[in-house]
Amino acid sequence: MSTSIHVSAGQVAATLALVALAAAVSFWRKADLERDIGIATLRSFVQLTAIGYVITLIFEADTIWLVLALLAVMVVFGALTARSRAKKVPSAFWPLLIALATAGATTLGLVVALGVFEATARYLVPVGGMVIGNAMTASAVALNRLGDEIADSRAGIEATLALGATATEAAAPFVRRALRSGMIALIDSTKTTGLIFFPGTMVGMLLAGADPTDAVRLQLILLYSLLGSVAIAGLVATTLAYRNFFTPAQQLREVAEPRA
Amino acid sequence: MRLRDHAAVLFELRGVSLIRGGRRVLDSVGTGIPTGATAIVGPSGAGKSTMLRLLNRLADPDAGTISYRDRPLASYDPLALRREVSLVPQLPALLDGTVETNIAYAAELAGKRADSRRCLRLAGLDPGFAGRDVAKLSVGERQRAMLARALVQEPAVLLLDEPTSALDHAARDAIEATLAELRRELEISIVLVSHDPEQARRLGEWVVRMEGGRVTDSGPLAEVLA
Repeated sequence: MSTSIHVSAGQVAATLALVALAAAVSFWRKADLERDIGIATLRSFVQLTAIGYVITLIFEADTIWLVLALLAVMVVFGALTARSRAKKVPSAFWPLLIALATAGATTLGLVVALGVFEATARYLVPVGGMVIGNAMTASAVALNRLGDEIADSRAGIEATLALGATATEAAAPFVRRALRSGMIALIDSTKTTGLIFFPGTMVGMLLAGADPTDAVRLQLILLYSLLGSVAIAGLVATTLAYRNFFTPAQQLREVAEPRA
Repeated sequence: MRLRDHAAVLFELRGVSLIRGGRRVLDSVGTGIPTGATAIVGPSGAGKSTMLRLLNRLADPDAGTISYRDRPLASYDPLALRREVSLVPQLPALLDGTVETNIAYAAELAGKRADSRRCLRLAGLDPGFAGRDVAKLSVGERQRAMLARALVQEPAVLLLDEPTSALDHAARDAIEATLAELRRELEISIVLVSHDPEQARRLGEWVVRMEGGRVTDSGPLAEVLA
């Protein structure tokens, strides 16, 4: 796995031709996405360049505290990003923050404890980024679904509460469906991996000249870790978030507050 | 006639106000509801359904107090209260599955035996409905399934929100006959919300008239809807 590859700035610049193609398609078919494509391209360049420098610094310093600080920043930004996708969930930030932190800590803790990776910056930063990123997507999808389901089913939930059911009992079918929708995308992509698409880590390793067997094994480790992390994130986020729809007297709150 | 002279007082509301979306849905409501059959009448937007939700504690007032059997409503465990004071909402909202699944669910919540045959009969449905998928029932049948589901909990009070608003005349008459039958067969009080004064005349003994979030009149049927 100790291969390295040099990529020049010119090579990166050359791929802007494909960005131009994307913008041209949008313009031609009036998809009105040119501005978004421009912002996405610029942001990805700035963010990845910045994180590249940060990672270089962290690798050189090689202290666990800097790694944990970076992962904590990822968790906070992940929770803020996911909250914008879960607008119908009252006070969604805290459930998301706890979900991402728990998913990250549990998954990384387990892979280190099982001896899969060493507890060094070289492993924890990229794996942590993937784990938190996937946990963010899963919990955002789950809470988005939860918010929609509860908004659409107020009459049914209140009818169940009116029978003397607890908030937990009344919300159970919606929490179940939300968790399922948060997890299903990764499960489906894991099912089809290698058949329909090559996952990013494997592609990166193959491009960098690694042995295909190593690339496959590392990819499997990551896929299995991600399955665990999205399950934890979805479970924690939905379990904490549904309570925010109800009062302590087991009443469905009237209107969802838009922000945490 | 004053409420205290009429019969045992079930609910008493004092200065009850509720504001939703900047609108005063209930405005200093003070009234009493006795045991027996009470009809809350008034036009749409009068606050009738909101009042029922407060009695079941699906919501709490922003101001004022409500008591049930001379104890503040808030002093009851909300779950136990809702099993004793059962609300059947205007729109039928059953759980996915069969009628029997719904009745069994409600029975389990209340710790009662799920006697679906009896409850279906009381709600005016043939026992054969137990196995029917709720998604395939008509609105009237769903309304009755909701009633059967509430009755399995053996409530002391039934709060009915416009139980016949979505039904044709024949189905409405059948539900009204069922409710009259329930009153004769069970020791149960009914609080019925209706926009139709004629329905209040057919079913109510005590009438509360509402308009614009306020109670404009209340008393025995003969006095209020003379």
